[in-house]
Amino acid sequence: MKKNKLAPKGSGAAKKLNIKKLNIKTKPPALKKGIRIEYAPSLESSDHIQLQKTYGHFIDGKFVEPRSGQYLATHNPATEEKLADVALGNSQDVHDAVMAARRASDKTWSRMPGSERAKYIFRIARLMQERARELAIIETLDGGKPLRESRTVDIPIAAAHFFYYAGWADKLEYAFPNRKAQPVGVAGQIVPWNFPLLMAAWKIAPALAAGNTVVLKPAETTPLTALKLAEIIQMADLPPGVVNIVTGAGATGQALVEHPEVNKIAFTGSTLVGKKIQKMLAGQGKKLTLELGGKSANIIFEDAALDQAVEGIVDSIFFNQGHVCCAGSRLLVQESVAKIVIRKLQARMDTLIVGNPMDKNTDIGAINSKMQLNKIEEYLQAGQDEGATLYQSQCAVPNKGYWVRPSFFTDVAQSHRITQEEIFGPVLTIQTFRTPEEAIEKANNTPYGLAGGVWTDKGAKIFKVTSQIKAGVIWANTYNRFDPTSPFGGYKESGMGREGGLHGLAPYLKF
Amino acid sequence: MWTKVCVDEVGVENRVARLGARSLKKDTKVKALRLAMSLMDLTTLDAKDTPGKVRQLCQKAKRPCESMLDVPPVAAVCVYPNMIRIAKKELLGTSIQVAAVATAFPSGMSSQRVKIAETKWAVSEGADEVDMVISRGHFLAGEYNFVADEIAAVKEACGQAHLKVILETGELGSLDQVRWASDLAISAGADFIKTSTGKVQPAATLPVTLVMLEAIRDHFERTGKKIGMKPAGGIQTAKLALQYLVMVQETLGPDWLSPDLFRFGASVLANDLLRQLMKERSGRYQSFDYFSKD
Amino acid sequence: MQTQARLKIQKTYKIFVDGKFPRTESGRYFSFQSRSGEMTANVSLCSRKDLRDAVTAARGAQPKWAGATATNRGQILYRMAEMLETRRAAFREELVWQGQTPEQAESEVSASVDRLVHYAGWADKYQQIFSSVNPVASKHFNFSVLEPVGVVGLLAPEKYPLLGLISLMAPVLVGGNTCVVLGSESNPLSAISFTEVLGTSDVPAGVINVLTGKRSELLPHFATHMEINALVLADGTPEEWLKIEQEAAHTVRRSAHYQFADWSVPQAQSPYFILDCQELKTTWHPIGL
Repeated sequence: MKKNKLAPKGSGAAKKLNIKKLNIKTKPPALKKGIRIEYAPSLESSDHIQLQKTYGHFIDGKFVEPRSGQYLATHNPATEEKLADVALGNSQDVHDAVMAARRASDKTWSRMPGSERAKYIFRIARLMQERARELAIIETLDGGKPLRESRTVDIPIAAAHFFYYAGWADKLEYAFPNRKAQPVGVAGQIVPWNFPLLMAAWKIAPALAAGNTVVLKPAETTPLTALKLAEIIQMADLPPGVVNIVTGAGATGQALVEHPEVNKIAFTGSTLVGKKIQKMLAGQGKKLTLELGGKSANIIFEDAALDQAVEGIVDSIFFNQGHVCCAGSRLLVQESVAKIVIRKLQARMDTLIVGNPMDKNTDIGAINSKMQLNKIEEYLQAGQDEGATLYQSQCAVPNKGYWVRPSFFTDVAQSHRITQEEIFGPVLTIQTFRTPEEAIEKANNTPYGLAGGVWTDKGAKIFKVTSQIKAGVIWANTYNRFDPTSPFGGYKESGMGREGGLHGLAPYLKF
Repeated sequence: MWTKVCVDEVGVENRVARLGARSLKKDTKVKALRLAMSLMDLTTLDAKDTPGKVRQLCQKAKRPCESMLDVPPVAAVCVYPNMIRIAKKELLGTSIQVAAVATAFPSGMSSQRVKIAETKWAVSEGADEVDMVISRGHFLAGEYNFVADEIAAVKEACGQAHLKVILETGELGSLDQVRWASDLAISAGADFIKTSTGKVQPAATLPVTLVMLEAIRDHFERTGKKIGMKPAGGIQTAKLALQYLVMVQETLGPDWLSPDLFRFGASVLANDLLRQLMKERSGRYQSFDYFSKD
Repeated sequence: MQTQARLKIQKTYKIFVDGKFPRTESGRYFSFQSRSGEMTANVSLCSRKDLRDAVTAARGAQPKWAGATATNRGQILYRMAEMLETRRAAFREELVWQGQTPEQAESEVSASVDRLVHYAGWADKYQQIFSSVNPVASKHFNFSVLEPVGVVGLLAPEKYPLLGLISLMAPVLVGGNTCVVLGSESNPLSAISFTEVLGTSDVPAGVINVLTGKRSELLPHFATHMEINALVLADGTPEEWLKIEQEAAHTVRRSAHYQFADWSVPQAQSPYFILDCQELKTTWHPIGL
């Protein structure tokens, strides 16, 4: 048998391999046909959850009827069925809540030693862990996100936020050198519909730890898990008025922002509304934090671990139906690997299942509302009108409910609407770049500055590129990872202030 | 032009976790359990194997369960080469293949001359399939040409028998290395790439399997040629076996869910597959007492 | 008609090593008698071999404990607080046997639970206040992080038999170290009953090991054991501290001496006690294309 003399022994990794010619005389037998496994729906039972037909506001430790006597319905976007009626808060309800928070702040909460406050917050965390399954199911029914996500991401991280911040309540003296921290007083907090309970946790936990009392206004389409949290808060025996929840629509939020007894406003939502709030608060002396929209760039270099980078794309834009402010909605892929990345992405998109969020196999759930569906479809059309090319997976979607299949656009210009404006759906734009400078320039060429992604195997490049992207959260070789210890927030029009970590305490303190 | 593909371990684990969330219910599950059975290489590779042990294994291969005679037969039995004749005799007239390990299994620490001789002997004894081991020491020392040449030489010695190349992923140190070894083995002539000898911990794992499947997929996209994959060792429960099948389907597609392109190297797994099949049929959780252990 | 008094089952006070409750390998015991005389117990008089086994267990458990997420360690400490709180009556009674008034006992149990909760809350935060990103004058990303020293020996104070032990072990555990604790010699009961709390708090085996015995006998063995990476003495005499410092030189071991007349004061609880058993690692990496 001839030994191969061409290549030296122990040659380096990247050299061409010299493979002997194989001497196969016979043709291999024809391959037997494979068989396909179908996934049958694996539906979580919702028998054991307890949902009332009607919910009032949660004010001063009790559920109360709305002053106006008016309610609004909340629906399941996957089935279009009504789930419950929740109170429609007016300025009088908001006033009741704010005054309850004020009394609780002055008389009880701000006087309580931090170590005792901590124990209440730990209790809430533990109770959330115990009732995790019920909370996850309700979150899925109310908002449309897959149960798998509510169960593994939303609810556990929400409980973890309470755990983390509970521990800060009696340690504030260590958080800010040479500063004696005091609570600001009453915090008015407005949260969005994309991660309803998680966003409520991001707001309430640090506020309480810092010694403040809270009035929370959940999003119009997703009030239920906040109201369940209110039940947990009752079980934890939290002193009345420390946390108050007023449900309603845009006007309810406005009343909260304008109320003179509110010392601080925290808002997560669209840049448009955020700007209105900032204007409303001008000159009023209230503290403000804003978590707004984004159009974040996800950059894949040729030396990235490509299969994992493709999975990262799925995490960045298809996870949670793309209803993520920090979504990597603009893919910037180095031209030399663009074809292969796009091909792998298409193959992966074809395995994504869009469907009933209560089915444990579902990857992409329902779009949160008819209004949001219309917006996304408008962009899908606009992109094509602008000259971009649309690819959508061909998976089946249910008859009722609001659905968008995972999609991407190629032949995309930096100036297209689909590249500039936040779509807030499972729609990705794909552009190529040649050099790192070009990628960074394109990534920063936006009024937004919330997040970014960088995929490369080279360490120095990670530090170099991430240091030059103007965004508040940058993921290197990963995407959409959240942790209560990790600060989150945006540059530029994506907002101001940070939530999470030590830095997340600052907005709730005065020094 | 060959370059090493880099693999991110945390990213792989993330993908594996997502795949693990797939749920199969009712008749999908039954179909998958039966499929898993048909993909098995029922294995006995103990130094203390005797003709009696091998015959027993073959009997189980032919007739896994007397209460469910419609369960499909396994794909192959896998034995040491000095047991091939016994297995062949026992399995005469069935569709079950005889695979044999060779090349100084499990260590591979011998000369190429000896390994080739052993391979040829195994084939002449009647082996339909040969499972070889790569020289891990040479691989870790960076002598990639040596490793590739050895595989090519064994492939030639196999003649018509098909060749599985065992990478021994538990010894390679990182997923980058697993990917590199996979690419190397495929280009050197492997018909199948296989994770482990089963003698070293960890044996087959889901992350390692995903990386190997991705190597196979990229090779298919480049050349149109389909290479098979075999995770071996440590797959003891039906639940885990089904997770592997889901991974294969979502990474490579249903074409690979066939005995020509996918095998489980297992021994204890058979009875758990049977137990789960029986549970689906009867509605009761089963006891191991009711399934023959041979 | 007089009913006969029911005979109580007496507890055997074993030690806690590698997640199990063995007896001392020496077979030796010393007698404990409560001040009022109504309670007596035989308490393990541990030997250097018990210490040896405990250190082996602690060393074996340390990598995995350090590898657990910070929040996980915090939750385990919180679980200890849950378990201790629900068993306060038993601990109170035991503290009274060990010479405290009922009020002191009540106070010590509450302080112990609260201290566990306090340190549970540090688990995922101390890194944030003690680490740094350093602005070096070259194109490098430079960061300093804390890492646990490894296996820590703890010599608990004589008084405050419950609170003292907890004050020593909580910061050490929360920082990712494992430990071997020698409980109070004159008041050994609380240490051992606390191991029952440990046994029900999801603490992995070997993370904390508790011995009882004579400090004068065991201190030299703690001080000379080369697998112990840090040694903490609570209260104790100048001679004891001298011995520890002298022997520490043999392996350049870290040592700490904490003295509190009253372990319930706020100064007896601090993230700096976590820092005492941490190493600092600084890493450099170029920034460039």
